[in-house]
Amino acid sequence: MAFGVKKSFFGRLQEKIEDVIFMRPEIDEEMLDELEEVLITSDIGMDTTMKITQKLREDIKKLNIRDPEGVKTRIKTIVKELIDKGEAHQLSEKTPLIILMIGVNGGGKTTSIAKIAKRCKDQGKTVLLAAADTFRAAASEQLEVWGNRIGVNVIRHKEGADPSAVIFDAIQSAKAKQVDVLICDTAGRLQTKKNLMTELEKMNKVIEREYPEADRETLLVLDAATGKNAISQAREFGEIADITGIVLTKLDGTAKGGIVITISDEFKMPVKFIGVGEGMDDLKEFDPAEFAEGIFE
Amino acid sequence: MAFEGLSEKLQGVFKKLKGKGILTEADINDAMREVKLALLEADVNFKVVKQFVDSVKEKALGQDVLASLTPAQQVVKIVNDELVSLMGGTNSKLTYSPRGFTVILMAGLQGTGKTTTCGKLANYLKKNGKKPMLAACDIYRPAAIDQLEIVGKNVDVPVFTMRDCKEPELIAEKAMKEAELKGYDVLILDTAGRLQIDEDLMNELVRIKQRTKPHEILLVVDAMTGQDAVNAATGFNEKLGIDGIIMTKLDGDTRGGAALSAKSVTGKPIKFIGVGEKFDALEPFHPERMASRILGMGDMMTLIEKA
Ligand SMILES: Nc1nc2c(ncn2[C@@H]2O[C@H](COP(=O)(O)OP(=O)(O)OP(=O)(O)O)[C@@H](O)[C@H]2O)c(=O)[nH]1
Ligand SMILES: Nc1nc2c(ncn2[C@@H]2O[C@H](COP(=O)(O)OP(=O)(O)OP(=O)(O)O)[C@@H](O)[C@H]2O)c(=O)[nH]1
Ligand SMILES: [Mg+2]
Ligand SMILES: [Mg+2]
Repeated sequence: MAFGVKKSFFGRLQEKIEDVIFMRPEIDEEMLDELEEVLITSDIGMDTTMKITQKLREDIKKLNIRDPEGVKTRIKTIVKELIDKGEAHQLSEKTPLIILMIGVNGGGKTTSIAKIAKRCKDQGKTVLLAAADTFRAAASEQLEVWGNRIGVNVIRHKEGADPSAVIFDAIQSAKAKQVDVLICDTAGRLQTKKNLMTELEKMNKVIEREYPEADRETLLVLDAATGKNAISQAREFGEIADITGIVLTKLDGTAKGGIVITISDEFKMPVKFIGVGEGMDDLKEFDPAEFAEGIFE
Repeated sequence: MAFEGLSEKLQGVFKKLKGKGILTEADINDAMREVKLALLEADVNFKVVKQFVDSVKEKALGQDVLASLTPAQQVVKIVNDELVSLMGGTNSKLTYSPRGFTVILMAGLQGTGKTTTCGKLANYLKKNGKKPMLAACDIYRPAAIDQLEIVGKNVDVPVFTMRDCKEPELIAEKAMKEAELKGYDVLILDTAGRLQIDEDLMNELVRIKQRTKPHEILLVVDAMTGQDAVNAATGFNEKLGIDGIIMTKLDGDTRGGAALSAKSVTGKPIKFIGVGEKFDALEPFHPERMASRILGMGDMMTLIEKA
């Protein structure tokens, strides 16, 4: 669903920033304050916001920037530098590959799995899905519907089964059938729930033990509407798993997704994909240059 | 742990000025900066924060705060009281139809917790002597109907479904007739998640509303939401008209500033909070507890009650 609502969030942020810059005749502290506001209202954390505006202040002096246009170019560069993690934004092309999707409840893990599976399949790879969310009502059924739509198999157990056992079975099946990409769905869990985080650790160990030859991706799914809690999510999930990337979902909404900038600033995690709708094709690769350009152009 | 966070910072602000004798308006401004930061860090919307800080400042200057022996505590108290009253003061209850048959419509963005909360609410109603029924009006999300059916089974409440129907408003209408006919007294409608800027889907909700005339339209909001909470809440309230809010996922470590933001821009009360994935993890909302949480003072009321 959700067709026809794709006005880019970058576009909206850009409008706001332009308002601030061009409505002011000169570069002064007040302008910088207002700029700070724009960043804060985009969910960019306070520390990162301060860092950006502080750097901007220094650059304005150092580079003798006098016009609003110059300020614009400068912020763009600062933001791009903050979020750019180079090569790391790409999903591994090695096979066999096992992808573990993790994150809090309702962020968009299962849907993003469908999108990534579709993408891999379109690239000519063979894909298998593991329904290791055995907790939430009809979670396996949901993944199965996606599997049918895309034309990939889903390994599932009964509701309430051990998620690690599902992953174990899926790995054996992936090996036997020489599947290129195995993607494992997991139940949503809040990062503060100790027992659920331990369960995740166990799944991780099973993958390490059973599939050492596979390349690994662990993707943290973040809802673009998330506020400061995203920082705690990145930190706590990062403690349990070696997160190789972030999928930032629901960017087709009005949320600014400024958390990307904060997370990129405070952690090593690169954003790999953005979700821009509920359909299986609504996934885009994250491009930091485009992101930074898009904010200001 | 009580009064950690904001209060400590305010102590710091005022400490610097000790010895100077009385405090000035500038000191209050400094303090308000700390309040502002605390609220922003708790995800309260920027505009809401600004308004709030202005009104608190007025109150703080108008009272004997500056001359008091414990100005930091006084300010915290004013901030806290103001937050509590902004969030409705006391707990708001569900309204039931005087006619004896109540329809509750659940709406919200994708993945906020609508379907799960339908189960929790049905469970809550049952415990309160009601006879609820659920209706599956999400025709889009893969396995949404299966999900609600399992939810219904878990709380032992019947679920009305029409698997081949592509008109959610028709499903809702039929569910209503069936529920009344079979003697149920509350019907809870589960709907698909949608963006408030998605016109087609918002119109679909309006059609469901027109056909079923719900007594309660509840907006389900994820407590981890940041600055965007106001956009969603305003959008749903303007297009659909909501009667209350349910804030979910408060069992984590979010400060939940979205609660204040959503309440503040819609004026509609938060009626329940979700504190877990299980079906008994639904609690009536208490403004004073939420205020403490947003301010980082620990959930004192809950602690006191549990002690
Ligand atoms: N608008 C929009 N909706 C999305 C996007 N990604 C996922 N969704 C929707 O968000 C809701 C939750 O998605 P799921 O994939 O079930 O989320 P999850 O993280 O697997 O949820 P749990 O397993 O319950 O923790 C569904 O209604 C999806 O259609 C996106 O990029 N944009
Ligand atoms: N920790 C926690 N999880 C919750 C709570 N309420 C719901 N959830 C979880 O959030 C996820 C999404 O819940 P759903 O009920 O499927 O959300 P929804 O709004 O119906 O989603 P869509 O129909 O896709 O829009 C599930 O994993 C739920 O178990 C809560 O209060 N606390
Ligand atoms: Mg899922
Ligand atoms: Mg649902």
